[in-house]
Amino acid sequence: MPPAITAEGLVKKYGDTVALDGMDLSVPEGTVFGLLGPNGAGKTTTVRILTTLLRPDAGRAAVAGFDVVADADRLRAHIGVSGQYAAVDDHLTGAENLEMVGRLYHLGAKRSRRRARELLERFDLTDAADRPVQGYSGGMRRRLDLAGALVADPPVLFLDEPTTGLDPRARTTLWDVVAELVAGGTTVLLTTQYLEEADRLAETIAVVDHGRVIALGTADQLKDRIGGDRIQVTVESAVDLETVRRTLAPLAIGDVQTDAVASQVTIPVVNGAAALTAALGRLAAEGVVVRDAGLRRPTLDEVFLTLTGHHTVEHTKESVR
Amino acid sequence: MSTLRFALADGMTIAKRNAIKIKRAPDLLGGVVILPIVFVLLFAYVFGSMIDLPGLSYREYMIPGIFVQTIVMSAQITGYTLTLDLQKGIFDRFRTLPMAPSAVLTGQTLSDLITNLTSIVVMALVGLAVGWRIHTSPHEAVLGFVLLLLFAYAFSWVTAAVALALRKPEVFNNLATIVSMPLVFLSNAFVDSARLPGPLRAVAEWNPVSTIIQAARELFGNTGSAMPVPDAWPLQNAVTASLLWSALLLIVFVPLSTRLYKRAVSQ
Ligand SMILES: Nc1ncnc2c1ncn2[C@@H]1O[C@H](COP(=O)(O)OP(=O)(O)OP(=O)(O)O)[C@@H](O)[C@H]1O
Ligand SMILES: [Mg+2]
Repeated sequence: MPPAITAEGLVKKYGDTVALDGMDLSVPEGTVFGLLGPNGAGKTTTVRILTTLLRPDAGRAAVAGFDVVADADRLRAHIGVSGQYAAVDDHLTGAENLEMVGRLYHLGAKRSRRRARELLERFDLTDAADRPVQGYSGGMRRRLDLAGALVADPPVLFLDEPTTGLDPRARTTLWDVVAELVAGGTTVLLTTQYLEEADRLAETIAVVDHGRVIALGTADQLKDRIGGDRIQVTVESAVDLETVRRTLAPLAIGDVQTDAVASQVTIPVVNGAAALTAALGRLAAEGVVVRDAGLRRPTLDEVFLTLTGHHTVEHTKESVR
Repeated sequence: MSTLRFALADGMTIAKRNAIKIKRAPDLLGGVVILPIVFVLLFAYVFGSMIDLPGLSYREYMIPGIFVQTIVMSAQITGYTLTLDLQKGIFDRFRTLPMAPSAVLTGQTLSDLITNLTSIVVMALVGLAVGWRIHTSPHEAVLGFVLLLLFAYAFSWVTAAVALALRKPEVFNNLATIVSMPLVFLSNAFVDSARLPGPLRAVAEWNPVSTIIQAARELFGNTGSAMPVPDAWPLQNAVTASLLWSALLLIVFVPLSTRLYKRAVSQ
């Protein structure tokens, strides 16, 4: 089966800013693919090229077998898009918005109306269905926009930071919807700034930086590459920090980080749970008073630090023109 | 064949969306209904009672001018809302849908046509109430209204092109005011262009707005021997010249707007 989405060497420049610098992607049909990267990495630019909103300066891409430039007109019938900023019409009600989208997908009046009601229900918008979108909250607009992407049940779905601005309940709804769609054979490409979300939703994750893929794999593979889990220990008194550091150093598989202000030590480990038990045992033996201790996943910043040698924050600063 | 059918259906969908938008926005609705009423009443009573012409009711003379003035002024409102729309995400949605790209503009101009029709009907009724009369055959009168609508339709493509070229709502509004004021007032809408000083007179006589107004006056019979038609060709042959003007505007601005639309949304 050919991949649902392919991109080869995509380049996009805005003046002197290189937004994409040789982006390569290959997404198998019926899977969820996550683009993970900090602000300005090129996620939105990639999505806009794949959804025919932008033309690449170089390289090529195909979605559902259609070239995104040459076959753009035919491709649009096969994709659903929810961009980073909600593309909804303020003057129309939620129901009118979705019906209009259905009509423009050429679903016909009756099917458009039925589909609109179904999706409003699915995204908890039934009560607001007949109110103009002008009066919607940010999260409601976002949900309506996501519903808009699903109107035609497209085989390939693009979601740019779909959970930004959603409350926990709406977030869970979206995750469920994505899982159902993929079970039904839909291919989903989504972007996120959170490793946990990519982890939760995507089978394959591409870490993007400076407009290209710098790491590719499953969430587990990526985490192994960057050193698995972290043990984080907070002590009562900062004077113990050095002791903690010395005691736990043998468990660490990478740099141990000490934060004097927070009285905290962070240790990268493998086999998180076992390592945590061992760590607590050693600290008890040393007589260190521990206020808090736990396991946590690497943050995006740590992924970046490991993969690129620079922090996401620095990156953000330099990418702001 | 099915492409054309979809293009028409998509245009209708967008026109419906614009109609809902106008219905919900009191300021837009005001532009379609209240503004024309105010214009007719204001000009008919304030100016219409000040100036008297031998053998011709100035009020009757003025009403066709007010029709065209309203068409030009309300185009400013629809152009402005187009620039506002362009700044919002909904156009991104449109562009990822398998709709005909032309639908946005055909839909916009179609809804403009409906609002112009509404405005003209409102103005004709108010006009009749304040003493405006049609003195010609029903055929000519209908042709008069068709001519006004045709010009209005062509003019909304001009507005769309300017809105798409400028894109910034404030910039559009400023320019539209600067252009539409002289377009309306340097014409024969309210004064006899023959009485204007040399260069202004030439401008007024060749102004397309004067041509349309002259054509409407002739077709509604709102002319009089007190105001002889100037010698300028477009005024001597006002109906033909109006059709030519409308055709010219459509030939230039339909493709231009379409090109500008593609440019405006690809950034
Ligand atoms: N319209 C534009 N004009 C100029 N530069 C742009 C434009 N759009 C994007 N860029 C630049 O291209 C780069 C990539 O931007 P992009 O929006 O793709 O990043 P992103 O990964 O989606 O970031 P975020 O997480 O903030 O959404 C950035 O440096 C940005 O400044
Ligand atoms: Mg983005």
